Amino acid sequence: MSGEPAALGTPELPTFIRQGTFRRLAKMPTVWIATVILFTALFFSFFGALLAPFDPNFTDLNMVNMAPFASDFLLGGDRAGRDIFSRLLVATSNTIGGAAIAVSISVAIGASIGLMAGYYGRVFDALGAWLSNLIQALPGIIVLIAVYVVAGPSTVTSMIVVGILIAPVYFRLMRNVVISVRNELYVDAARVSGLSDIRIMSRHIFVVVRAPIIIEMAYIAGIALVIQATLEFIGLGSPENPTWGGMLQDSFNALYISPFAILWPALSIILTVLAFVFLSNAVRDTLGDPRSSGGKARKAIVSTPDSRATADAGSTHAFLTVRDLSVAYPLSKNESRTVVNKVNLEVNRGEVLGLVGESGSGKTQTAFAILGLLPPEAIVDSGRIVLGSTPLLGLTEKKLNALRGSEIAYVPQEPMSNLDPAFTVGQQFGYAMRKKLGLSKAQSRERALSLLARVNINDPERVYDYYPHQLSGGMAQRVLIAIAVSCDPELLIADEPTTALDVTVQAEVLDLLRGLQQERSMALILVTHNFGVVADICDRVAVMKDGEIVETGDTRKIVKHPEHPYTQLLLSSVLDNVPMRAPLEPQAEVRA
Amino acid sequence: MLVFLTRRIVAGLVLIVVVSAVTFSLVYSDGERIARLILGPNADQAAVVQRAQELGLNEPLLVQFFVWFGNLLHGDLGRSFSNHRPVIETLVNRVPVTLALVGLTLLVTLIFAVIIGLLSAYKGGWVDSGLRTFGVFGFATPHFLLAIGLVVLFAITLGILPATGYIPPAKSPSGWIQSLILPVTALAIGTIASASQQVRGAVLDVMKQDYIRTLRSRGVPLRAIYLRHALKNASAPGLTTLGLQFVALLGGAVVIEQIFALPGIGSLVIVSALKSDIPIIMGTVLFLVVVVVIVNIVVDLAIAWANPKSRV
Amino acid sequence: MSREATPLLQVKDLAVEYRSSGWRRPANRVLHNVSLDIHEGETLGLVGESGSGKTTLGRSILGLVPVASGQIIYDGRDITRARRRARRALAKEIQVVFQDPYSSLNPSLLVSDILSEPLRAAGIGGAESRRRVRELLDRVGMPADASERYPVEFSGGQRQRIAIARALALEPRLIICDEPVSALDLSTQARVLDLLIDIQERTGVTLLVISHDLSVIRAVCHRVAVMFKGEIVEQGSTSSVINHPTQMYTKKLLLAAPVTDPDEQRERREARRLLAETEAVA
Repeated sequence: MSGEPAALGTPELPTFIRQGTFRRLAKMPTVWIATVILFTALFFSFFGALLAPFDPNFTDLNMVNMAPFASDFLLGGDRAGRDIFSRLLVATSNTIGGAAIAVSISVAIGASIGLMAGYYGRVFDALGAWLSNLIQALPGIIVLIAVYVVAGPSTVTSMIVVGILIAPVYFRLMRNVVISVRNELYVDAARVSGLSDIRIMSRHIFVVVRAPIIIEMAYIAGIALVIQATLEFIGLGSPENPTWGGMLQDSFNALYISPFAILWPALSIILTVLAFVFLSNAVRDTLGDPRSSGGKARKAIVSTPDSRATADAGSTHAFLTVRDLSVAYPLSKNESRTVVNKVNLEVNRGEVLGLVGESGSGKTQTAFAILGLLPPEAIVDSGRIVLGSTPLLGLTEKKLNALRGSEIAYVPQEPMSNLDPAFTVGQQFGYAMRKKLGLSKAQSRERALSLLARVNINDPERVYDYYPHQLSGGMAQRVLIAIAVSCDPELLIADEPTTALDVTVQAEVLDLLRGLQQERSMALILVTHNFGVVADICDRVAVMKDGEIVETGDTRKIVKHPEHPYTQLLLSSVLDNVPMRAPLEPQAEVRA
Repeated sequence: MLVFLTRRIVAGLVLIVVVSAVTFSLVYSDGERIARLILGPNADQAAVVQRAQELGLNEPLLVQFFVWFGNLLHGDLGRSFSNHRPVIETLVNRVPVTLALVGLTLLVTLIFAVIIGLLSAYKGGWVDSGLRTFGVFGFATPHFLLAIGLVVLFAITLGILPATGYIPPAKSPSGWIQSLILPVTALAIGTIASASQQVRGAVLDVMKQDYIRTLRSRGVPLRAIYLRHALKNASAPGLTTLGLQFVALLGGAVVIEQIFALPGIGSLVIVSALKSDIPIIMGTVLFLVVVVVIVNIVVDLAIAWANPKSRV
Repeated sequence: MSREATPLLQVKDLAVEYRSSGWRRPANRVLHNVSLDIHEGETLGLVGESGSGKTTLGRSILGLVPVASGQIIYDGRDITRARRRARRALAKEIQVVFQDPYSSLNPSLLVSDILSEPLRAAGIGGAESRRRVRELLDRVGMPADASERYPVEFSGGQRQRIAIARALALEPRLIICDEPVSALDLSTQARVLDLLIDIQERTGVTLLVISHDLSVIRAVCHRVAVMFKGEIVEQGSTSSVINHPTQMYTKKLLLAAPVTDPDEQRERREARRLLAETEAVA
């Protein structure tokens, strides 16, 4: 999986609507409830005035502060003796209409400027970003109050202003999505294919942005509704028509006399806002926002009957023994996909084993299983991993942590993404050496400096204080190697350690790994897809295909006389063995 | 770093000038209307014209703005239309209340958002879904409804906390705290709800990074990874939202002050809006923009600490 | 290497800069006065490591990055700063195959939509377009029913075939292949390269192959240009550059790439060490 070359990015964008989205949404009860509430609100916003049993401004002095369910006034009367239920119904159109205005304005302004900024960049982008920062730096309510002073009470005006104030949300969303899509190679390909900008936007960019825009609309409608009610509540709403916020203010002022009256407008507001927010969240989750599921990086499930058995694998004298290891991932409740299938491996001290295979062969999964770093959903079906005399499968995280770093260590594939960007090189060394070797701060610094010098870093003192972004890829990989060997591990597992590097740097890093391995007589497992790397450094090779080891043996023997057809196929595909392209047709050369 | 700071300060000053110019041209666009507001609705038209003349309200807007801005540099924000006292004096009396309310809310938010967000990300399962549901409810409930609910419950029903009013800390420190408990809670719950979701999302994003696996491969315990690495890396996006939250809090404070009758900037601005007391509105807007600019610079500095790459 | 026939594409003293963020900072020059010719029907290889500017050179020919100075002349026409309309007309002449077949195909479009996109932009639609799509799929060795499926359903090698089919749709005279196989598994690399050679032999299309991998260049290119830090340090026929490199950098590059034979690799390692020593002395 992660053993694939770095260039294989995420194969699909998480946000575009796939078939079945609506079917999955329809199964969620919150979605149903939210939809019913919103449709009710929408219905009343059109027909509320017709259905209201009384005129919203009709007053009956007998009904002043009347309790609910006690008279013709279904939900009671307010402090002027008006029917709360009728007022509530009539106010719906004001509320929903206001939210609609705010949403349309913010989409129209924010999305269009965001689209321009993202697609054309430069001036549009700078201007848009400046405006959006400006607007976001203003406390919205204060702006609305200033507008009230100038323009007087008007729902339409204030909701237009709310739309403008919220527009930066769309601007940012749109700009970021467009920029990420714009950098996709398929947009470049479309430009090279001769498509006009408008065609590219409508065909490639709109598809990706429409889902997030819809999600955000519900959410923004909720916000607009809250702002509107707030304004009305503090007395800056329009006084002629009843509004939910205005009713709230009325009943708040009569709170001690008639405590129930406040319930109805409050419930109307909360339910509608909740419906908007829940709907927006549900759609977001269904479209596969990765943030929808939490949980710590638990250890993978280990279901092996004899995982705690003592090391009867002692019959072989290898330092690391892997027996019948299988790893699977659940696809659904009953199905699972096996990615490592009954793998057997042995590595001796001072030996370099190459684990070779193409993407999806299970080589990286095998390496992670040994390190105990499989993702939580992985299932280790069966098998046994014994390091020295310690069985590794089934160990508690605490005991594993005691071994990691000082017994087994790991060198990753991508140097840049494997250093914590927020800490200096020196700080990244720190933890393991101080805890595992019990060194003081000064001692661990000294040791780190000598290790940096050992991995051929020119100015260790300076690099020690560098942050990862100040390092080149090759330097970062040297730093990672230095940290990996800092607690004198007996076994080093390097997962494609040179794949992300340039060839000239690759050669140097391989020299370094070979040197370290020999002077410390470590065991080294090198996961790679490159037979050249194998030939350069490995004593023995295990060839993996579809989760199984198909052939294993001495490097020279396997490379020169492969027995398994798959090994033969792999070796024959190596481009070094393909004949050189013949020069261009003679007659073309003749023209010279 | 110095360049970075100067650039932010210059950008902040530009923002202050632009916002005050825009607000100024909005509220001072009609000189006669203002003169009428000062003299009251029954004033004679001639008197209105004369008063506008006296106050320089007939000058071009740009000239008026420069006069206002020049006075501002001398610390003079004009006088209130309604009580004719210097605006600056009113602000000085009101500002501490609002800052106390918003500052305490921010502190409470920071503490709870980090705890809840981390817990949600670390525990997963039902803890996570429970906290997330709280997040949605907390986010969706408007500040003022929450405030009303709190008043009904703690002040009216239980009677353990004062419903309204403000006690200065100089008068009674414990009274000050008591008078702020409900307002701060009302203001903080919504902010905690959304900020904790941000923290959770940012922490989960960090935990998916390759370097987390590499840290684990070195035997660093998960707890230490969460507390040291995940939190520091998640703090850059977290701080950005905190800056935005702060701006929203200033807005929220307006309503909360109104409900709890706290004598802060917020209740001042509402009263002034209803009375069209333009000098006060201008003064408040200016003050808030300055606060926002300062907070944003502090946030930027904090982000630079958390994310070395942004230190340019 | 001067020939009488005008080259299909001439790059003269080309320089490209990326503007860095911030106004005062100087632009970052990634290509310095690069010149090269590509003749009709040949394959020119552009080899170099990351940051050498090889991809930028390809993108500037495609009009995807602005040029700071110099000229790009295609078939006698200066296309250095071609306007949008002229650039769109060039779609029928110059096409591209990108490195990453995962992000070069829009995941939300059907293969038939992807392949008919350039055809529709050129005004070819309806039955003619459908016929051409079938033909294109056939030419790259994909089954006809592939057109009604999404890119996700195909492996990396198959996707790269689709990308090649898209590049062929308008029957261009020049195709720029930017790392065409580096995202693919070993066993598919050779087959995709064979397809490129086969297409060239049948249609006479000119290829510019950009790669960091000398073995790819060796397998498909007639001539090769070696790039280092934004400059072309050496160019010539593939066999002369690979068998008799004159520049130090080319020698280093050649020796750095490991070979599969452990004994030969040991010798190369030794040779590399010696080279590094002589360089240190020099």
